Amino acid sequence: MADSTGKLGVGRLHHLGIPTRRQFFQLGAGAAALTLPGSAFAQTERPGNPPDKPRGQVIAALSQEPTVFHPLMPGIEVDQGVWWQVFSLLWFIDPEGNFVPDLAREVPTIENGGLSADGLTWKIKLRSDVKWHDGTPFTADDVKFSLELINDPNFRARSRVGHSLVKDIEVVAPDEIHWRMEAPYSPYMSILGSLTFIVPKHILEKVSDPNASPFHNAPVGTGPFRWGERVPGDHILLNAYTGYHGKGPYVERVVFKYIPDLTVLYTQFRTGQVDYTGLQGILPNFVQEAKTLKGRKIVVSSTSSVEHIAPNLEFGPFADRAVREALYYAINKQAIIDALYYGLPTQTETFVPQQAWSFQQGLPQHKYDPAKANTLLDAAGWVRGSGGVREKNGVKLEFTNSTTAGSAVREQCQQLLIQDWRAIGAAMRVNNMPAAVIWGDFWQQSKFNSVIVGVNFMLGSDPDVTPRFGSGAIPAKGGRGYNTYQYQSAEADRLLAQGAKQFDLAQRKTTYGELQKLIRSDLAILPLFQGFIAEGVKEGLQGFRPNINTSINSWNMREWYWA
Amino acid sequence: MARYVLNRLAQAAMLLVIVSAIGFAILHLAPGGPLSQFAASAQMTQEDLDRVTRQLGLDRPLPIQYLDWFGRMLKGDWGKSYRDGEAVLSVISSHLGATLELMTTATIIAVLLGCWIGISGALRRYSLFDSLATVGAMIALSIPTFWFGLVTIYVFSVKLGWLPAGNRETVGDGSLPDLLHHLIAPAMVLALVETAMWGRFMRSSMLEVINQDYIRTARAKGIPEWRILTVHALRNALLPMITVAGLQFPTLLGGALVAETVFTWPGMGRLFLDSIGYRDYPVVMGILMFSAMMVLIGSLLADMLYAVVDPRIRVG
Repeated sequence: MADSTGKLGVGRLHHLGIPTRRQFFQLGAGAAALTLPGSAFAQTERPGNPPDKPRGQVIAALSQEPTVFHPLMPGIEVDQGVWWQVFSLLWFIDPEGNFVPDLAREVPTIENGGLSADGLTWKIKLRSDVKWHDGTPFTADDVKFSLELINDPNFRARSRVGHSLVKDIEVVAPDEIHWRMEAPYSPYMSILGSLTFIVPKHILEKVSDPNASPFHNAPVGTGPFRWGERVPGDHILLNAYTGYHGKGPYVERVVFKYIPDLTVLYTQFRTGQVDYTGLQGILPNFVQEAKTLKGRKIVVSSTSSVEHIAPNLEFGPFADRAVREALYYAINKQAIIDALYYGLPTQTETFVPQQAWSFQQGLPQHKYDPAKANTLLDAAGWVRGSGGVREKNGVKLEFTNSTTAGSAVREQCQQLLIQDWRAIGAAMRVNNMPAAVIWGDFWQQSKFNSVIVGVNFMLGSDPDVTPRFGSGAIPAKGGRGYNTYQYQSAEADRLLAQGAKQFDLAQRKTTYGELQKLIRSDLAILPLFQGFIAEGVKEGLQGFRPNINTSINSWNMREWYWA
Repeated sequence: MARYVLNRLAQAAMLLVIVSAIGFAILHLAPGGPLSQFAASAQMTQEDLDRVTRQLGLDRPLPIQYLDWFGRMLKGDWGKSYRDGEAVLSVISSHLGATLELMTTATIIAVLLGCWIGISGALRRYSLFDSLATVGAMIALSIPTFWFGLVTIYVFSVKLGWLPAGNRETVGDGSLPDLLHHLIAPAMVLALVETAMWGRFMRSSMLEVINQDYIRTARAKGIPEWRILTVHALRNALLPMITVAGLQFPTLLGGALVAETVFTWPGMGRLFLDSIGYRDYPVVMGILMFSAMMVLIGSLLADMLYAVVDPRIRVG
């Protein structure tokens, strides 16, 4: 049930045990979040109270420059840092995985009538006290406009996943909107709650080109901060919006400072020129030293990203599951974590973050066992040939591994992998490329042998990985998605289709649990560890809360204040 | 002279066409594209990427894209940045001021200091000062700018706390003293190599001049040494430096690129680097054309100035 604030609490779940079908949407897709190690690192103490009116400023350093300010267009994580401050969502997902109403008055559920039992009809009640930064009232027309804009063929929308199923949008009142879904699609709840920011109809309906207008460089939203200025290549300044409908903001200004070099960024944090290091945070090799700095707090938290070795399953040796399993056994994962990442990340066996409700416990744990790897390869008929490299039917067990050139830690990881795999008769060569190259056709069209990459597989907090592992999502085969591994499994397709139609949390947990077991068994990816981020916060700055359900931990700057 | 200038301008126009064609081809033939940065995110599918590619016109044949770009450029439309949708000329101009500020300061430091070191070294050839200056110049030319920048930050910002560790200004301040305070370290770093180069060129030039017969004659006539140096020697020694100055732009821009990265200076060098990383074709092409124009103009001006200063040189 919603509490007085309308928030759907995770605490209820423990009393409910396994939730019913009806309770799923009440609880929110992330309501069964188990533990959140990240939050253990977060600031739990809140000395003092937030000020009565905004006071002071926060300088947040980013290693990439935010440049896309229309929140429905293609953008990267740093752009999201700005979107979260300037715009609002219908609801958002908090660190515990709850859906929290934002522009909506309440999160739609089957019980409150917001959703039909078949999941096809959505009825959203909206707040009537919200105003855009220019003083215009926010209404249901803005929501309708935003959803239609995403599906406008002339608009360079970031993604239409889920949105393309929305039909017959009807504004029944200024504070109520209904629509129908072409097919039931439960992950849509998470899609709306993660990055579907609502944009102003009264401004954007007047522009001739939806892809270019003054709005794009001076956005108007309903968020806690209003647009101030942008000095290209340097910083973006946002001012507190005192008419904000939610809690906060408690600081007068937020400055996003662009510092491209991570060493320089850390130095400026160290010398006190910046108050918070965002996005890529602090490099692992600086973390220990950073923890000793006076007047600074270092927060290490988990992210949804899973660092893994992506095999191209259509590439000769990798098509053989025995090879993948042997390679996995031969990786000294803990040595990589300890030596290169200073022991900060934790091992994982799945694509789902360990804090998510859908995380499957009890998956087979990785063991570093070169002897077992050798046995597996011998049994599969891979015999050692000249130079100690194994081969089978004329195919040599040799391949390339690629990652972003200049990513020092990943490049060191490759060196350890070469040694680990050479010991079992597998020859790996490094083939690194700049980011703009490797993530282009090389990755998209599966032109690689293997890649080291960190991927956030989740849609907000939803584990629907159809675009990642569905047979119809292989771009190299004309599919719609990013299944660059070229993973194909009828059973996985069945589970994915089933999970996307289910509205019962327990049933979904079972379905995605089965899927995780299958992917682990097939070794469609070789997981190394769950991602982490070390962020620096100046002492006295309160309210910072890492949120594994968002791509950027500066999501809630409205709640930040100086004690 | 007018004919010479017109001739040089025609050559410059031809060169710009060649530079633009080669630059465009290299940039577009390099693997990756403006949308690669989104490919690793969980937000866009291949279908989305393909759709946006079509919308940006990047699926058209390369020659068509080039002719389209070139035609619009001739009309003054240099295109729009793929990253933020801003007009390229506006993007360049918003970064130009910061770079000019840095380059001008560094050049002033380098010219004054370099000339002084060069002249002093030439006048006291093989002295301890000259030897130290020579060794110093070699070291300065060998030090990577990036490393020197980091050392400067470590010493003057982290350890001594005298200078800010970067940025062009304190957000919310922006007063002249604040700007100058931020300018010292990056200008010093950028000026290091320049000073060494000016010093070496000036020393050679001065040595050549002070060994000329007319200097000896001047001394024999009893003209005071300071007058010989400033009026007779320096004027002639400075002549070759005009050419050096005219051709310094690319070197300075290269140095500025590194200094701007280390000191988070929001200038053109960093914009260029960022734009290449993002494959922001219109901006990269814009900077390329702008830089090429600057080099050609610099070279032309140097030649013309040379002719004006030295009547023995005749152009045309």
